[in-house]
Amino acid sequence: MNYFPDEVIEHIFDFISSHKDRNSISLVSKSWHKIERCSRKRVFIGNCYAINPERLIQRFPSLRSLTLKGKPHFADFNLVPHEWGGFVHPWIVALAKARVELEELRLKRMVVSDESLELLSRSFASFKSLVLVSCEGFTTDGLASVATNCRHLRELDLQENEIDDHRGQWLNCFPQSSTALTSLNFSCLKGETNLAALERLVARSPNLESLKVNRAVPLDALTRLMSCAPQLVDLGVGSYENEPDQESFMKLMAAIKKCTSLRSLSGFSEVTPLCLTAFYPICQNLTSLNLSYAAEIQGNHLIRFIQFCKRLQRLWILDSIGDKGLEVVASTCKELQELRVFPSDLHDEEDNDTAVTEIGLVAISAGCPKLHSLLYFCKQMTNAALITVAKNCPNFIRFRLCILEPNKPDHTTSQSLDEGFGAIVQACKGLRRLSLSGLLTDKVFLYIGMYAEQLEMLSIAFAGDTDKGMLYVLNGCKKMRKLEIRDSPFGNTALLADVDKYRTMRSLWMSSCEVTLGGCKRLARNAPWLNVEIINENENNDLMMERNEEDEREKVDRLYLYRTVVGARKDAPPCVTIL
Amino acid sequence: MDEFVNLKATELRLGLPGTDNVCEERERVSCNKRTLQGVTENETESSMMKTGTCPPRKAQIVGWPPVRSSRKNIIQTKKNESDSEGGRGVYVKVSMDGAPYLRKIDLSCYKGYKELLKALEIMFNFSVGEYFEREGYKGSDFVPTYEDKDGDWMLIGDVPWEMFVCTCKRLRIMRGSEAKGVGCGV
Repeated sequence: MNYFPDEVIEHIFDFISSHKDRNSISLVSKSWHKIERCSRKRVFIGNCYAINPERLIQRFPSLRSLTLKGKPHFADFNLVPHEWGGFVHPWIVALAKARVELEELRLKRMVVSDESLELLSRSFASFKSLVLVSCEGFTTDGLASVATNCRHLRELDLQENEIDDHRGQWLNCFPQSSTALTSLNFSCLKGETNLAALERLVARSPNLESLKVNRAVPLDALTRLMSCAPQLVDLGVGSYENEPDQESFMKLMAAIKKCTSLRSLSGFSEVTPLCLTAFYPICQNLTSLNLSYAAEIQGNHLIRFIQFCKRLQRLWILDSIGDKGLEVVASTCKELQELRVFPSDLHDEEDNDTAVTEIGLVAISAGCPKLHSLLYFCKQMTNAALITVAKNCPNFIRFRLCILEPNKPDHTTSQSLDEGFGAIVQACKGLRRLSLSGLLTDKVFLYIGMYAEQLEMLSIAFAGDTDKGMLYVLNGCKKMRKLEIRDSPFGNTALLADVDKYRTMRSLWMSSCEVTLGGCKRLARNAPWLNVEIINENENNDLMMERNEEDEREKVDRLYLYRTVVGARKDAPPCVTIL
Repeated sequence: MDEFVNLKATELRLGLPGTDNVCEERERVSCNKRTLQGVTENETESSMMKTGTCPPRKAQIVGWPPVRSSRKNIIQTKKNESDSEGGRGVYVKVSMDGAPYLRKIDLSCYKGYKELLKALEIMFNFSVGEYFEREGYKGSDFVPTYEDKDGDWMLIGDVPWEMFVCTCKRLRIMRGSEAKGVGCGV
């Protein structure tokens, strides 16, 4: 079967980095499976409960980089109890025991403890990169262990984690000999920072390309940091609620001017308009800008800033920019690929006339032909606008629209938004991710099932009329991996219609829908390779199981099911029942 | 007949999701599910919402809108602050020598000095003269000044506009001999 020696095949495989492709390679033949698995360095596990660490290590002995995801996506919006699970500790224990030469660990929505971080830091001599996204359970003491013990650390990237800040000296823990840092992001830390230690660390890290500080780093410290790291490519600034005096302002501007490699700017959790102007000199170089935390800045200042950013590819902004501001973006940022517009007012107040509407979205679609990823929070939408957007931008890969008020119809026709979203899925043949909102009937799901051939992730809220809606999606979307549904009238019929479909999906989430306990039990019986989890926050589930048959008709609060090869997990808390 | 198949679920109907559900069953879900049957019914329903026992619809839905807590906290902080300050806008008092009462203007309404001075000229019916970087305003008895955060009286126009908006506490249009002391090179 093989015309080349194994080493040659392995070398060829080295050129193939995508997980999907490597997974495909391993299915070709036994021999290829062996070569592939023995040479595989990077592994991605989308659901930490689908497999266990022992089997992972058995299959991939040369593992160097591991990515793990824990809680389901809706955990971001407080729909999953804190104690649900997703603990990284057993993974680190197993990897350490097997003496895997781990170099990189990337975790998303997992529970990480200081103990885990300490063990990690002591077990892997070549450890280089730690990326934690939306994780929780640890403190700055854990960071101190990583800083102290990981001699070859290059990347420490903490994004939106819940970290208990003990205001310790974790930054001081980086040894003098540590000069390899390329990326340091501690923007989510809430406490004070040892500025002197930070400055010394940055000064001795000539390869530092990405630095994101937290709110506590004041302006003059930022100026000094930038002065000793003019090579920075990616900068996250702190919080500046007071205007600087003239001298500080001039110094900041001078330091910024020197950072000619700067391409990405973020942070700004509080920033005065004046501070923002200090960055004007490098705006034209920026490809990525995140001003979505700058709640104080009014639209006109944002607009003024963006007018200079002609090379922008990624923009995250608040809706205080307004439709007018988006029109400016559309005429300025011709290279724009990704846009996220977040709400600055969650309560949809009537007098808030600076939020964005369908007008801004249409303008963007008309002006930015390269746009492929969108997250858009708005007060209102129309079918006509969505149809126009679909025509202008058939290249969407990710289209996430959130109309703030649930069930809101097209505000000009009072009809549902089925036709609008239908146009999107029909035109955007490469669409992989879609989030729906507004008034929607079963029809939109008919369209999705018919046209969204590449769709992998679908988020549904307050939509649909009957089980038919969900069935259209399950039957039609062959590539569906993650389906998450809340507050929609889908029940047992849809859930049970095609059990084998769940073999091809990573997970299904249904909350506040019509599925009953009886339906879930039946599914669990028919699909032993699924973990069917019932999450009830306030109930003792043992009591629930003892109740009589009648309660099988009781609706399930939250259902989360996922395929797994290792059976029911043993670490579920009391509020979770695995059927 | 399979008791788990909910015949009602496959029933073809025009109503919106959940219209069968009574509020009490789903305390965490918004009570505000409107029907498709026309505007008047919506109005009735929403006015019922206001007077009825259901709590305000916007506050009630857990996890909606789908925004992370870190973002929600920021928005809440901003809202609290602006509520306590009484809204947006940079309002400063404007006085003019000889005028019987003061006025108030919102600096954030203007894009730059030109607009601001024009507005002041109209408001107080005067002319401001021409601005020179070294000599200040020439050609008029009136000189526009402002008090900055340090309590000093400064000539309007010297510093960048954004810096001015941030540091200006109040405006004063000086007149005649008093104006001669302000600015350089006079």
